[in-house]
Amino acid sequence: MPPMPAASVSSDLTGRALFPHRHLLSIADLKPWEIRFLLDEAEYWAQANKGQARKHDDRLAGMTQINAFFENSTRTLLSFEIAGKRLGADVVNMHAATSSVKKGETLIDTAMTLNAMAADVIVIRHASSGAVALIADKVDCPVLNAGDGWHQHPTQALLDALTIRRRKGGFEGLVVAICGDVLHSRVARSNMLCLAALGAQVRAIAPPTLLPPEVEMLGATPYSRMDEGLDGADVVMMLRLQNERMDGAFIPSAREYHALYGLTPERLAIAKPDALVMHPGPMNRGVEITSSVADHPQRSAITEQVAMGVAVRMACLDVLTRSARGVEGWA
Amino acid sequence: MNIPTIKEGMGMTLRAIVNGKLADPAADALHDGVVLIKGDRIVATGQVDVPADAERIDARGLVVAPGLIDLGVFATDKPAFHFGGITRAALMPDQRAPLDDVGLIRQATRAGKPDFWVHPIAAATRGLMGTEMAEMGLMQAAGAKAVGTGRQWIADSGVMLRVLTYAHGLGLTLIAHAEDGGLTARAVATSGETATRLGLPHAPACAEAMAIARDLMLVRETGAAIHFRLVTTRAGFDLIRAAKAEGLRVTCGITPAYLFLNDQAATDFRTFARLSPPLRHEADRLASIAAVADGTVDVITSGHDPRGPEDKRLPFADAAPGMAGAETLLALSLNLVREGHVSINRLMTLLCANPAKILGVDAGSFTPGSAADLILVDPDAPWIVDSSRMAASAGNTPFDKLPVQGRARRVMKGGAFL
Repeated sequence: MPPMPAASVSSDLTGRALFPHRHLLSIADLKPWEIRFLLDEAEYWAQANKGQARKHDDRLAGMTQINAFFENSTRTLLSFEIAGKRLGADVVNMHAATSSVKKGETLIDTAMTLNAMAADVIVIRHASSGAVALIADKVDCPVLNAGDGWHQHPTQALLDALTIRRRKGGFEGLVVAICGDVLHSRVARSNMLCLAALGAQVRAIAPPTLLPPEVEMLGATPYSRMDEGLDGADVVMMLRLQNERMDGAFIPSAREYHALYGLTPERLAIAKPDALVMHPGPMNRGVEITSSVADHPQRSAITEQVAMGVAVRMACLDVLTRSARGVEGWA
Repeated sequence: MNIPTIKEGMGMTLRAIVNGKLADPAADALHDGVVLIKGDRIVATGQVDVPADAERIDARGLVVAPGLIDLGVFATDKPAFHFGGITRAALMPDQRAPLDDVGLIRQATRAGKPDFWVHPIAAATRGLMGTEMAEMGLMQAAGAKAVGTGRQWIADSGVMLRVLTYAHGLGLTLIAHAEDGGLTARAVATSGETATRLGLPHAPACAEAMAIARDLMLVRETGAAIHFRLVTTRAGFDLIRAAKAEGLRVTCGITPAYLFLNDQAATDFRTFARLSPPLRHEADRLASIAAVADGTVDVITSGHDPRGPEDKRLPFADAAPGMAGAETLLALSLNLVREGHVSINRLMTLLCANPAKILGVDAGSFTPGSAADLILVDPDAPWIVDSSRMAASAGNTPFDKLPVQGRARRVMKGGAFL
């Protein structure tokens, strides 16, 4: 096992003062040093996950983690499940999206039920912005937001930041272009806030119909021409275009979208020569990204993002349960 | 007007409210005076000799005003109306069964008795669907005092033209909702920083002016009378101001929420601030205050829509719009007087006289012959809005914990105190 990271974030802060939050609901709630603290913690797990065949650490042994997913998910659910199991927690998945739970109607009741089952940490995804905070308000244990509507997906932003930090060494002066359906994207919202807080120059590139108003207030400079937005970029972060947006309502067609906003090798050449390519997945190959770019052995960090996802989620589960576990300084 | 009395035989009772300050909507300032009531009617106000056989009601230290006439509520909520000094309420057609039928209108008319008046607004189209005209004439005969689009937008301009024409023929005002439905389809917030931060479906504020612009063209075409229940943007007020200058028969209203809150009230997904139309930016809020001050706004309404947790303890976009506003209408509106935007008399025009005119009822004024629906107000009485202890059937107020001033101490309907 690699050594535990030193509390390097700030010499003044120790224990709970490093991360004085009960839940992880939004990047907007976090101070830059709190984000850096989580990244440092996740770095430890990234090393540990790589190191050996047996990855188990039993610090959450005896604790129950419920993954309540009110919206379909494969990779995020899997990532949280693996993270919890590696920490020794008893992980239970609730697929509310496929059960009879109707949207909204019984959300508070569901929260009360989960609470009554004495979960020690609850991971929630929901299709409505603000739904996770609504549940968090009703339960006694820490809640992790695994995505709420168009609002936030904080662990995605953290895993993206960790990936960038490992590849680029830091954020100061780094130009990050977030490209695609920014309007409907919780990934974009979380990343803009997170990367701007860490000191990066963030750009939001989108068709004008998919660019939210006042995006500058989230720390990003808007671009509607992709070539301009990519010029000089150190990181190109592509977003998934949902199938239901391709039908002419927001963009004329997937074909036109690819022509104007698809990341092709030619387009990537406009960014810096060592620009990193990222995508939260799942990808629409041939729509927002060309396969040769997605699979580029040096430039693409897409599989690394997935690996960092587990590390970040282990860090978040560990940190949020420290108080309940009575870790010294976290009571 | 055929307004029945509360009790038979009361017709000849003489009452005099003395020692109060009169807030006559038709006057410029508060003045000392008497309100003399015979039966259920006001017979004289001002410096009048109180007949020896009149029952004297001492209003020392209080302001005497007409009972509030709330033009556009979504529920008949007696305790809240009583608390708020509301003696008449125009009920929106957006009920579980839309008010598009004679029987429903008759039922709604009876719902307030005996404590206050309910004047239903009939749905202008069947089911508020915006396609086929509802039986406006029959509903008028059954007690409807206006027709309305409810919270809906009549998308088909041809239907809107015919609705306005037909309502005009009946002498009914059309009470319209000013939001272009194509723009606002699934929106729950005004486009801008707050909606972007929260990740909420949003529509640009110009949806309001677009709807008003079209409807004003049709009003010019038909000569019909239209009342935009809620106007909340600078662009909307500019259109109304110009239309009034031109002489079109247009009036508009607003609720205190748009005067004292902006879109940031929805921060942290506070569903009590989910309204329809949604709260606007600060610049539009300031334009709303200015529009009240310069006379562009004709009516202040509560938009009373009590909603319990089943409608409000939901994710923001899934929550029902609306706020419980009846109890806070008077106190919040009095802020406009305290801040010097309007006189208390003008405020009573907005809260009583103008709604009465639009509905065509003999009330809301001190004119002899007007219904003796009165309130005795302590305009400075301090209290704190508390969503957990409201008289309304639900406490969904975005003004929770706000200290306010002004209470209706006594409410009189038809010459008798409730």
